[in-house]
Amino acid sequence: MTVVRVLVGTQKGGFILTSDGARKDWKVEGPLFGGWEIYHMAGSPADPDRIYTSQSTGWFGQLIQRSDDGGRTWNPAGNEFAYASETGTHQWYDGTPHPWEFARVWHLEPSATDPDTVYAGVEDAALFKTTDGAATWTELPGLRTQDSGPKWQPGAGGMCVHTVLIDPVDPDRLHVAISAAGVFRSDDEGKTWSPANHGLHSEGIPESEAEVGHCVHRITRHPSRPDVLFMQKHWDVMRSDDRGGTWREISGNLPSDFGFPIAVHAHEPDTVYVVPITSDSQHYPPEGKLRVYRSRTGGDEWEPLTKGLPQSDCYLNVLRDAMAVDDLDDCGLYFGTTGGQVYGSSDSGDTWAPIVRDLPRVLSVEVQTVP
Amino acid sequence: MIRVVLPHHLRTLSGTGREVCLEVEGDVTQRNVLDSLEAAYPMLRGTIRDPATQRRRPFIRFFACEEDLSHESPDAVLPARVLSGDEPLHVVGAMAGG
Repeated sequence: MTVVRVLVGTQKGGFILTSDGARKDWKVEGPLFGGWEIYHMAGSPADPDRIYTSQSTGWFGQLIQRSDDGGRTWNPAGNEFAYASETGTHQWYDGTPHPWEFARVWHLEPSATDPDTVYAGVEDAALFKTTDGAATWTELPGLRTQDSGPKWQPGAGGMCVHTVLIDPVDPDRLHVAISAAGVFRSDDEGKTWSPANHGLHSEGIPESEAEVGHCVHRITRHPSRPDVLFMQKHWDVMRSDDRGGTWREISGNLPSDFGFPIAVHAHEPDTVYVVPITSDSQHYPPEGKLRVYRSRTGGDEWEPLTKGLPQSDCYLNVLRDAMAVDDLDDCGLYFGTTGGQVYGSSDSGDTWAPIVRDLPRVLSVEVQTVP
Repeated sequence: MIRVVLPHHLRTLSGTGREVCLEVEGDVTQRNVLDSLEAAYPMLRGTIRDPATQRRRPFIRFFACEEDLSHESPDAVLPARVLSGDEPLHVVGAMAGG
């Protein structure tokens, strides 16, 4: 029997929401690691029982937890994230040089084929990799030492690698996104990197079409079409058809093109979802209506999905890593809010229902479809 | 034996009770006590001291015998009543938050 497992990271612990293929009745387990910030929980596509969790607090630093039994039991794994070389400086908020300092792991991206191999995107911006099931982590320093590194500057949440994409056809090809530096890509398994921001236009930076400095909030792709990338930027929803070589805007008729998450339907590569947010200074939905917008045309034309979502007095946010899709034939979508709700849809977004309403602030949502 | 009192989250993480007892090799200093603690409970590595610099994390404090030892040298010998086991070394998560 198929099991759908939704992994929810919150500001005060992790939660696992489980259902069968019908996705009507849910079991809520947690909090795991109660009181800790869980920036991300991610299951291995190669072994769904293997789950990795990024656990941290300002008091006790960074931990990584690993489960080998689908989240029933956990063991602390390696938590030493040492930069591999002289760290140098990036720009601080006031433009002065600031030394690279490790703060936390934002995102864990397990390999599609090896449960022991995982990439970790961290703050201050760098990419780490484990090949021994998270016992040890090694930095891939070519990203941090990329020529433009000294120009990178943190976004309000910190200077983080928040997105890591592994090409489903050629796993040597990687993309990362950094707030607020932009997208970078590597064709050699992370040894060398180059900016991939051509076509982005950002107000609020000195040179609006600069090579780096764009506040990219999230990038994603459909596994059947590795060359096509979708992006939710600080402002603007964007698309690239050449692996990030060039980008074009696809915001179309969205009520606001500001937002954080972006997701692609599991079986329809041109069906894309975003959650419009009013503005960079008003992090809540326009008009107090929580609406997911869906494009079935790969962008430009968007329709609001509202059935089951609050359409008045709703002033929460959906963070960049807090929306995911399952792999069932009737594609399911899930997103978590800063108000602690996790909403689910089992019909590609046509209708929604809350799975759980009163969790702590949701930082991340991932889904496992377990056969 | 040297007694160490851990804060809630580190008790949960290490699976210990409120207090642990440690054999400490060499002088009984902050550094040697924490080295012994981390050897006995490897999951605590990096939670009290930064793993790269070995410096105390900013929101961690060390108290003993009603004194704040947080700013003492990590190589200073701890008070006699800690050495004798009459008093524990308290590892404290600083009060913060709303």
